[in-house]
Amino acid sequence: MFVIPDRFSYTVAHSVEEAVELLHTLEDSKVLAGGQSLIPFMKLGYASPKSLVDINRIPNLDYLDDSGESLKIGALTRISRLCDSELVAKDYPLIHDAALQIADPLVRNLGTFGGNVCHADMGDDLPAVCLAMNAEMVASGPSGQRVLAAKDFFVDRFTTLLASDELLTEVRIPKNRRGCGGAYLKLERRVGDYAIVGVAAQLEVDGDGVCRSVGIGLTSASTKPIKASEAESWLVGKSLSDEVLDKASTLAMNTSNPLSDIRGPAEYKKAMVKVLTHRALKLAYKRARGGL
Amino acid sequence: MTALIYPADAKVRLELTVNGERRVGEAEPRMLLVHFIREVLGLTGTHVGCDTSNCGACTVVLNGRAVKSCTVFAVQANGGSLLTVEGLARKGRLHPIQEGFWEKHGLQCGYCTPGMMMAAYDLLQKSPNPTEEEIRRGISGNLCRCTGYVKIVEAIEYAAQKLRSDPSWRSGGD
Ligand SMILES: Cc1cc2nc3c(=O)[nH]c(=O)nc-3n(C[C@H](O)[C@H](O)[C@H](O)COP(=O)(O)OP(=O)(O)OC[C@H]3O[C@@H](n4cnc5c(N)ncnc54)[C@H](O)[C@@H]3O)c2cc1C
Ligand code: FES
Ligand code: FES
Repeated sequence: MFVIPDRFSYTVAHSVEEAVELLHTLEDSKVLAGGQSLIPFMKLGYASPKSLVDINRIPNLDYLDDSGESLKIGALTRISRLCDSELVAKDYPLIHDAALQIADPLVRNLGTFGGNVCHADMGDDLPAVCLAMNAEMVASGPSGQRVLAAKDFFVDRFTTLLASDELLTEVRIPKNRRGCGGAYLKLERRVGDYAIVGVAAQLEVDGDGVCRSVGIGLTSASTKPIKASEAESWLVGKSLSDEVLDKASTLAMNTSNPLSDIRGPAEYKKAMVKVLTHRALKLAYKRARGGL
Repeated sequence: MTALIYPADAKVRLELTVNGERRVGEAEPRMLLVHFIREVLGLTGTHVGCDTSNCGACTVVLNGRAVKSCTVFAVQANGGSLLTVEGLARKGRLHPIQEGFWEKHGLQCGYCTPGMMMAAYDLLQKSPNPTEEEIRRGISGNLCRCTGYVKIVEAIEYAAQKLRSDPSWRSGGD
């Protein structure tokens, strides 16, 4: 049996402006980036767009640039590039941890940072990373560019703030500084699968080991990627003793509201949010202090 | 607007380099690359296992990187360069990766083998001297229902060593 997608018209955009114009003009159009979520969806009949705008040939949309105020990641940056980058491995361990646990090398060769966050499934790993790092999402549309905070970007399952004629062009991550550290932990049924649950933690600590800022993002812990805001604000100003970690991970667990599905019952996933939050914070703390 | 829009039922003329040769064929936009390779180009070494992006039987090397050809539209490969299992051997000599699978019994039914070899090809381009763990990670997108992977890992170790000692196989010359 072949699983064949419905018919669609196909066009290649050669610039961001052209992609936006095509998305604006064509009926029921969708962006085709790495295709590693969209094509399986089209094969299964979950999506049947009438037209696809292929952005893979837009030049200069695949980059990692930390020469300015932030780490700028081009929307077309392949996940494999995040895995292979020394800069990411050294300065942005949270992103590196997550990238290495996404799917398999074949999927990562095509899957893009932009596609992973725009697909915005509860099981995609990079949205939680963006939430924990307080990333900014840069979008281009017919009326120009706008910059959106990650915490507002993820509206619902498969739904972001982007309009149908907007293209995500860049994600900006606060630049690594002394005292920053992060970690991503993911529980999976087998290598390459979507998370049962995943936890992204990013910390900035001062010389005494007191947290100045804390970011926690959760994967598969609700119908959409979520931020564990209560745990985050409770941790600011504290050193991470086991007791503190315990309280914070309980707060994160209480924020979570996972679905029961083939990857496990909700109750189990909630318990695992607590375990992984504890461990992710601990590792992030160690890395943040190790960098001092 | 200068972009060319191919209607849904268009027969798009594709021109690409396949195993070092220029090939031309037609595909409507929704045709998957794996079907183009098998049915239009007639290269049936590339297999369809799951058709749901999970098994890696359809793995080919597109523009230098191993990808699942059931999860790429053929039109996306237009103008590109494709290496399939048929392009591994050179002048009647098995490629060291093929030789490794032969020598180390890296297959039983053989269904996963072309995909395994193309994933190994990408892995060995990137890390010529991989550890066992790197090999296992490198083929983590390829499922084998027969072997238990031990012999596949040995086959790739064999190939890595052979490629290091015989640089004439390295880079480019498909
Ligand atoms: C077998 C398998 C296992 C996987 N496992 C995991 C996993 O464990 N964790 C995980 O996180 N992911 C996983 N994935 C998903 C994979 O990582 C994603 O497909 C990929 O990151 C999405 O990026 P893409 O470039 O392929 O997006 P596409 O599939 O091209 O697009 C996805 C969606 O985003 C939209 N889009 C893409 N780019 C833009 C843009 N720049 N602007 C606006 N809209 C855009 C598209 O229109 C589409 O709706 C898996 C996929 C497969 C096939
Ligand atoms: S047939 Fe492509 S991954 Fe299984
Ligand atoms: S040898 Fe039979 S599936 Fe691998």
